[in-house]
Amino acid sequence: MRIVPCFITAITTIALIFLLNVPLPFGQSKTPCFGAFLSPQHGYLQNAEPVDEDFNATLHFPILNGKVEVYFDERLVPHVYAEKENDAYFVQGYLHAKFRLWQMDFQTYAAAGRLSEIMGETSGGNNFLKIDRFFRRLGMVYGAEQSLKKLEADSITKNETDSYTAGVNAYISSLKPNQIPFEYKLLNYKPEKWTNLKTQLFLKYMSFDLAGGDNDFEMTNAKKIFSASDIEKLYPTMQDSLDPIIPKSTVFQPASIVSNKPAGADSIYFHSTDSIEAPLIIKPDKNNGSNNWVVAGRKTRSGSPILCNDPHLGLNLPSLWYEMQISTPAFNTYGVSFPGAPSIIIGFNDSCAWGVTNAGRDIKDYYQITFKDTSEQEYLYNSRWKKVTFRNEVIKVKGQADVVEKIAMTVFGPVMFDKNYPNILKDGKSYAVRWKAHDASNELLTSNKLDRVKNYFDFIKAITTFQTPGQNFIFATKTGDIAIRQQGQFPAKWRRQGDFIMPGIDSSYLWKGFIPSRENPTMINPARGFLSSANQLATDETYPYYLAGQPEIYRGIIINRKLSHMSDITIEDMQRLQTDNFNVFAEMARPLLLKYLDQGKLSADEKGYVTKFKNWNLRNDVDEEGPTVFKLWWDHLSVAVYSDEFAQTTLPLKWPDESTLLEGLLKDSTYKFVDNINTPRVEKLDEIILQSFKLACKDLKIADAKHELAWGKYKNTGVKHLLKLPGLSRLHLLIGGGTNIINATTASHGPSWRMIVQLTDDIEAYGVYPGGQNGNPGSKYYDNFVDSWVRGKYYPLLYVSADRVRTSSKMKWKMTFTKA
Amino acid sequence: MKFFIAFILTALLSFAGCLFFPWWIIAVAAFVVAAIIHQRAVASFAAGFFALFILWALQALYIDIKNEHLLSTKVARILPLGGSYIALILLSAFIGGVVAGFAALTASFLRKR
Repeated sequence: MRIVPCFITAITTIALIFLLNVPLPFGQSKTPCFGAFLSPQHGYLQNAEPVDEDFNATLHFPILNGKVEVYFDERLVPHVYAEKENDAYFVQGYLHAKFRLWQMDFQTYAAAGRLSEIMGETSGGNNFLKIDRFFRRLGMVYGAEQSLKKLEADSITKNETDSYTAGVNAYISSLKPNQIPFEYKLLNYKPEKWTNLKTQLFLKYMSFDLAGGDNDFEMTNAKKIFSASDIEKLYPTMQDSLDPIIPKSTVFQPASIVSNKPAGADSIYFHSTDSIEAPLIIKPDKNNGSNNWVVAGRKTRSGSPILCNDPHLGLNLPSLWYEMQISTPAFNTYGVSFPGAPSIIIGFNDSCAWGVTNAGRDIKDYYQITFKDTSEQEYLYNSRWKKVTFRNEVIKVKGQADVVEKIAMTVFGPVMFDKNYPNILKDGKSYAVRWKAHDASNELLTSNKLDRVKNYFDFIKAITTFQTPGQNFIFATKTGDIAIRQQGQFPAKWRRQGDFIMPGIDSSYLWKGFIPSRENPTMINPARGFLSSANQLATDETYPYYLAGQPEIYRGIIINRKLSHMSDITIEDMQRLQTDNFNVFAEMARPLLLKYLDQGKLSADEKGYVTKFKNWNLRNDVDEEGPTVFKLWWDHLSVAVYSDEFAQTTLPLKWPDESTLLEGLLKDSTYKFVDNINTPRVEKLDEIILQSFKLACKDLKIADAKHELAWGKYKNTGVKHLLKLPGLSRLHLLIGGGTNIINATTASHGPSWRMIVQLTDDIEAYGVYPGGQNGNPGSKYYDNFVDSWVRGKYYPLLYVSADRVRTSSKMKWKMTFTKA
Repeated sequence: MKFFIAFILTALLSFAGCLFFPWWIIAVAAFVVAAIIHQRAVASFAAGFFALFILWALQALYIDIKNEHLLSTKVARILPLGGSYIALILLSAFIGGVVAGFAALTASFLRKR
């Protein structure tokens, strides 16, 4: 034995194994454990699915009550036929897990403020501890716990969710360590058991995404530099060109809940002149919205209604949606589901179809809390010191000690901001957040009922208990009814209640009650033969409640204009409309820009861009250059108009909406904010239009030099993996559209599911989403719909009844689930 | 002949071991084989190295070709190897080879000449 060489090689071998068995630092991130990751029998290659993968299987589970057959079509869409209803939800959970486990697990880590557990405090330039603290302090877990109680108190949702959870866990239990999804291996952690709470956490995350936005601190800051009348000009609550969901001149019943502004609010709330480490504030994407519309049979060639829906959300891989059909003796429903929750969310059954867009009402407000002392144990409420209860949120951080957020709970809600957790105004004060998503609510009951809805009355019954996030539910039946309702449990607010931070020393500023569901904006079978919603305000100002929110108006205008001019409508017409790139905002703004632009003061190059803009067909198509000119010009104009006033504070403000500037300028060319307050003279509109155009030209030349002037190149849409890894993403997609356009595809956001359903006797339906059915990046079904989605193509949705599926030539694989 | 037997045995034992144990079982396999089939240091190392290099390369290629390089290409973009699945497979095979080679070398030094 040669001791020295033996010793050296033994140490080397062990050191090698050790190094290959732990994550190594790489840049700001960590590598996977290379040994296991690269071993063909353990690592990533075990997730490399053969392109001719055989999905046939026969599985046995003791929990099942009957037989479930699952047929997969060539797009890997499962068609589930269950003898017993709970078995259907078990199989839905199993399939979600089989194809989307990592995604559903990861999303609930994010929702629960647990990302630090897997990512550590920081990774890849992200501070996950800050993100976790934000969600904990917002009360995401608190809200999910509240709603879980309600879910489990209702036997329908309790049974379906229990079955669903059992299905997810049946799949997780069947996994061998080398079979866990790819991302677990990449990030070096393991799947954990699913729970009903995780389903609620996922739903709360959707509530955050769709109804978690606010600008209350920014608006409060604005009060310090702008007068009340300026605030109305910068942040109007209603726009002139609005075409609301419920047409103007509709007569509404008077409000059953009267909510009056508290006495003294004019001085305390509207004109408060109180003055005020950078905190992390996460805001949902402002573009979260959607289109839906339905046309009545008398406007269609088939004579039956056609319903269309495209929810606009962040574009991610794996996709938020999982397409499937669920058939039981009680219902037969096709549509998209959320991996993480039972039921079909958007879809159709053999009598009806439904879809949703976001209501965008403001249901998240803040109250300033006055604590007796820094211990935060008591706060002033109705002239007394009231005791708080503390909620401890324990954040586990990988490789570090736990971080505990001790959150004071008040009658207003959790104290989100205090001395330990500063707000963006850095005023050191304490603020409680009142968010509707904190309330116990059972949204899954609505989905459960919608899946089996037969007529308008069922529809109303199904949605009436839906609380958060408020949605515009659109609906059509085979019998010819079309309907829409903006549904949610919305607080009855006095005008501008909650737009700013409210005083929290007594009950006077609390929400005084909720608008009864029957008083929510509703319309059935209108004379005009169609209904639509596109995140604009639901009504005009004759509606007896305040519609707090940040509406978008342009998509609604163009959808309604086009639908009102259409007749003899076919499915192809609806596909063209859903992917339409006409820019109605530019149509309204272009005459103004050209009118005030003095072309005599332009260079030859600059004139070239004017010509492009003038000759533009107003469509944001991939190859058009006009949209790029318009976008850059408008952005520079907006900065030129407002930046001088907004520079009066270094603290955050809310930038006015595009519609606010356009309507301000259209109404009055001497629009107050056009003048630069830093110069003695009064600037005119033509001066700043010229100035902003010249600035835009500089950017245009840069884009031109990079051959990125064409809109598709300039906009640069990508569908990113949830971990933002370019290698797992589909980037640089040449797709048109954009903000304010029906095809609302921006750089990272857009139509996450396009669906068209014609309610003929044999339902004819089409759909597409930018992703694929299999969340595994090693599957050819990971992103195989993306190209069709980019080209505006649709897949026919195979809606097959139980008696015909066995003989269908369209089904490729079959999984059978039976009782063990 | 000894070399060839050691090479085959290491590969087989590693493959079987990896069905039940973590990846580092390949070091145990190479060590055991080299301890039983004694060779000169260089030959031991080479038998261990090539056994795992070839085993992992062939397994990786087999899976990767059936997958039409979909996942290997993605992983080779993340790691970053410029999206080259060949580079990634060679890297994997090399890592397996080095670990097995050193384990075999250790065993060969254990025995008296």
